[in-house]
Amino acid sequence: MKKRNYFVSKTVAVALAAVLSVGVITGCGGKENAEDSNKVTITNVSYDPTRELYEAYNELFAKHYKEETGKDIEIVQSHGGSGSQARSVIEGNDADVVTLALAHDITSIEDAGMIDAGWIDEFEGNSSPYTSTIVFLVRKGNEKGINDWDDLIKEGVEIITPDPKSSGGACWNFLAAWDYAKNKYNGDEEQMKDFVAKLYNNVIVMDSGARGATTTFVENGQGDVLIAWENEALLALEQYPDEYEIVTPSISILAEPSVAIVDENAEKNNTVDVAKEYLEYLYTDDAQRIIGENYYRPSNETILNEFADTFDLSVNLCTIDDFGGWDKAYEDFFADGAIFDEIYAK
Amino acid sequence: MKKAGKGKGKVVIPGFGMTMGITVSMLSLLILIPLASVMAYSFKMSLPEFAELVTRPNIVQAFITSILCAFIAAVINSVFGVIIAWVLVRYEFFGKRLIDGMIELPFALPTAVAGITLTKMYSDNGFLGKAFERIGIEVAYTKIGIVIAMVFIGIPFVVRAIQPVLEKLPRSCEEAGLMLGASRSVVFRKIIFPEIMPPLLTGFGLALARGIGEYGSVIYISGNSEKNKTQVVSYIIMQKLNSGNVDYEGAAAIALILLIISFVMLFVINVIQHVASKRTSA
Repeated sequence: MKKRNYFVSKTVAVALAAVLSVGVITGCGGKENAEDSNKVTITNVSYDPTRELYEAYNELFAKHYKEETGKDIEIVQSHGGSGSQARSVIEGNDADVVTLALAHDITSIEDAGMIDAGWIDEFEGNSSPYTSTIVFLVRKGNEKGINDWDDLIKEGVEIITPDPKSSGGACWNFLAAWDYAKNKYNGDEEQMKDFVAKLYNNVIVMDSGARGATTTFVENGQGDVLIAWENEALLALEQYPDEYEIVTPSISILAEPSVAIVDENAEKNNTVDVAKEYLEYLYTDDAQRIIGENYYRPSNETILNEFADTFDLSVNLCTIDDFGGWDKAYEDFFADGAIFDEIYAK
Repeated sequence: MKKAGKGKGKVVIPGFGMTMGITVSMLSLLILIPLASVMAYSFKMSLPEFAELVTRPNIVQAFITSILCAFIAAVINSVFGVIIAWVLVRYEFFGKRLIDGMIELPFALPTAVAGITLTKMYSDNGFLGKAFERIGIEVAYTKIGIVIAMVFIGIPFVVRAIQPVLEKLPRSCEEAGLMLGASRSVVFRKIIFPEIMPPLLTGFGLALARGIGEYGSVIYISGNSEKNKTQVVSYIIMQKLNSGNVDYEGAAAIALILLIISFVMLFVINVIQHVASKRTSA
């Protein structure tokens, strides 16, 4: 009896080991012959609010790819906070392409040696096939009379916006407010700090990411105004047309979500060409229209104008270059002990 | 227990060597090595850097928030955990099995799902939040919300620790006490409570440790506002990892402090428990 038990347990152990190693082997080998067979798989690691966009775009691209090459393509999507997505790629998430919320997150992958320098010039328009901007989403009727950044610092206005220290997308929100203050106070830094300090003092819930903030405002009914990406705001408006209004401030920022091929992974997976085509195809007219339909601003001017009803094209947009690029902006505003820490929670 | 370990003939699972080997390698691979790497990462900082980081006001505040809320939640769980365990052990009623199973739901449910659901229920237009708002209590996006999330995730620890002890406690002990003229409160204090004290401490300690480190369920309901002091330590760690400049050392340093706090707490609780169980068995 005793002997038999021992035998059984040994068999189980061996079987377990076998199962595990088979899992490991297939897990590693799964991607290697991606382009040999009739099916190609690539992974697109993206940030939170692009779910709907890439769902639509992947379908379009798959059709195009099939017509062109006769091969099926499967695009594995991954969404999450832009910063944590970048980190996951550095830590081994096998992304062939990344489509993140800001260039800074792609730069951190570049710094890890996985993306070749100069990626930002690889595709048109700073490798941003679509852009967006920062707007306000208010409840129908706009009872608090919110028309511009000025109105956000009034007493009693409750703001929802994500934490720029944990969400890359939320950095754009902060910088847009900062740019407004810069114009208003002619660059007087004390007054500008005072302005954004008042603004962030009115923030009642600071979610860790953009989608979380939208949920807090829309589903949980918190706050009077959501400072949001235009695409998020338009999406909320599409779902609840009778409950919200969009207010476009006089000054905002051109949010440029960047795309790049993760060279190291793409080379290993033999997917460099298809990855490149995947990102290039974003600039074609069909794709640009899908982009517009999903409430991102197409980078193609002609097609952007087709969507003139959707977007307020009169808004005055500053760019990240006005802040000296992302690395500098990050050091100046969001690093530990920088301006955001200084003004918040005082 | 002792018999099973020493009397070779009675061991059911064979092979001390193999089982011990599995135990040690599991512990190393899953617990010791990752924890050691947390230490290694945080030791990359110099001591002054480390001290400066962990004494920053927002980080100290986050520790206070986490520990305070986890402590309150563990106390609440201890009170209600005893009552729930009592009901489940001492009474027979319709649906008892179902309720017994439900106790473990917080273990099974992804904590983020719990967090989102609790937030929706307790925000001021949610169905429970509305009721609380009427009496002037805001739950979601305050420390109360954090405590509720921690109560939710911690309750099974207490119930499951106490249940088996209560099951073994013969009713005749209580009856004897009552027969000898003790009041009901004396029976509870002198007979029942000393018996459930050690497992209660275990449950309390586990619920506390779990609450201090909790991320998923807390993050949605807390609002993460530094201003309102609702940032918890685990959020600060994620902030370090999610921000544009990923700060592994900083995250690891905070995690190390968290680890030490949890360890000390569990250690103290184990000591108290040890003393308490000696007294009851003596």
